[in-house]
Amino acid sequence: MTTTEISRSVLTLRPDFATIAAWIKPGSSVLDLGCGDGTLLHYLGNKLDVRGYGVEISAHNILACMQKGINVIHSDLESGLSGFENASFDYVILSQTLQAMKNTENIIQEILRVGKEGIVSFPNFGYWKNRLQVAAGHMPVSSNLPYQWYDTPNIHLCTLHDFEQLCQQHQVNILERRVMNHDKKVAFFPNFFGILAFYRFGHAA
Amino acid sequence: MQDSDSIGIVSARRIHFDTPLSLKSGAVLDNYELVYETYGELNPERSNAILVCHALSGNHHVAGVYADNPNNTGWWNNMIGPGKPIDTRKFFVIGINNLGGCHGSTGPISINDRTGKRYGPDFPLVTTSDWAKTYVRFADQFGIDCFAAIIGGSLGGMSAMQLALDAPERVRHVAVIAASARLTAQNIAFNDVARQAILTDPDFHGGDYYSHGTHPRRGLRLARMLGHITYLSDDSMATKFGRELRNGSLAFNYDVEFQIESYLHYQGDKFAELFDANTYLLMTKALDYFDPAQDYDGNLSAAFARAQADFLVLSFTSDWRFSPERSREIVKALLDNKLNVSYAEIPSTYGHDSFLMQDNYYHQLVRAYMDNISI
Repeated sequence: MTTTEISRSVLTLRPDFATIAAWIKPGSSVLDLGCGDGTLLHYLGNKLDVRGYGVEISAHNILACMQKGINVIHSDLESGLSGFENASFDYVILSQTLQAMKNTENIIQEILRVGKEGIVSFPNFGYWKNRLQVAAGHMPVSSNLPYQWYDTPNIHLCTLHDFEQLCQQHQVNILERRVMNHDKKVAFFPNFFGILAFYRFGHAA
Repeated sequence: MQDSDSIGIVSARRIHFDTPLSLKSGAVLDNYELVYETYGELNPERSNAILVCHALSGNHHVAGVYADNPNNTGWWNNMIGPGKPIDTRKFFVIGINNLGGCHGSTGPISINDRTGKRYGPDFPLVTTSDWAKTYVRFADQFGIDCFAAIIGGSLGGMSAMQLALDAPERVRHVAVIAASARLTAQNIAFNDVARQAILTDPDFHGGDYYSHGTHPRRGLRLARMLGHITYLSDDSMATKFGRELRNGSLAFNYDVEFQIESYLHYQGDKFAELFDANTYLLMTKALDYFDPAQDYDGNLSAAFARAQADFLVLSFTSDWRFSPERSREIVKALLDNKLNVSYAEIPSTYGHDSFLMQDNYYHQLVRAYMDNISI
């Protein structure tokens, strides 16, 4: 597959998956935590010859992965990644799940125990529309945060600054950051204009 | 069976092997027979064969019914047939009665050529490794270089793993359902109580009960009753029987009073009529001995280093005899060797027996996995 073909096929992928896929080296090994129906892994396997496993807890998603022929392991991320050896993957991905986890600090550490690099994406709570809703006296509800305060699974929302502070506290070395507003990159005041944040990180040198 | 996707009428066949078989125990069987059934057609490439391994008390009659006994439905008929999760329109499915069994394959009730009498206690203990050898020889007879898959639940799952370890080049996919990489002490303990029930039955006669015209029914019955309790869950027993009394009130004696007693006695009696005690003993030993990590200082990942197949591992939430934790140990060993593996824990209330039950999610998972096997 040529680079052009790869970048063209990336375009057909959900924008947030395309951002992640662009960071993955062809032929690498990937563990996708909370892999959903396996779309990203399916893409990575077919287009980038990536060998990988998904981790899921939902029966519906496990079945969807198996129907796609994706390796999927039923496991609860809240209890860590004890089924996986140290440094056994090139990348461990946690896509839009961090904010819904109870053991946030633990999963970041587990990602870097099991993976050489981690890739995490999450909705930026510092996005101006969120701030506006809070300023107006309400918890934010938007296409990226579609829940009411009482039924949201998102219990650990954060801003870009918050996440970067956590990384610093845990000796996590941020290698690359990408902030998106729908399918556009955000370079100007990302903590204010960015909707989705993506980080690629490794161990502190 | 009235269901339209049943395989329908099937019949058992037998195959004779003259090449002596060296067993793990050191004993040698000069010759032996295996009884088997097949469903579907072996394709010209001989690439669509699936071997289904049976559990402790199972046999080769996996699916369909017999013409002369339409009530004798195969033990996994809900899983195997045209259009079923293991689809006989795609696969050539084989069921074999394991060596040492009591349903037609050479075992303790067979006549020993050397003595002209039944083997009885002289039949050697066989292991999953010995069975794996017989599976390979069986495949050779059919010109099957490589099984598309080997599948089994419980002891059958262990037999399937054993083939993947002993003859990695002979199988592409392995489905390990409600199994374990080794029995726990508690699990061996249950087997020992079952064996003691049989071994101490006065009708056992050191295993040579055939020549005494008896059968250790009481022992076998107790063994089965105990086993049955461990195959169910507390919840499923509570739901099915609770504390219900047969006659509505306490009788203040030792007769059967509670429905659960009645049920267990019935199951035990039925089993004691149909199954051979020596085979039961032998099968429980095959379970106890299965431990692929034994030769690797207990390191299961090292044991699985020689495996090449893709794996499907399934467990059931209410199975406490072969709990999900045991399946996760298998998955860990497969992951450590970077083998393809999918694992699901299936919500279920039926305990270990869940692997035999009709369950939508369970069957969808098996179907999804089977659909992705190329032939």
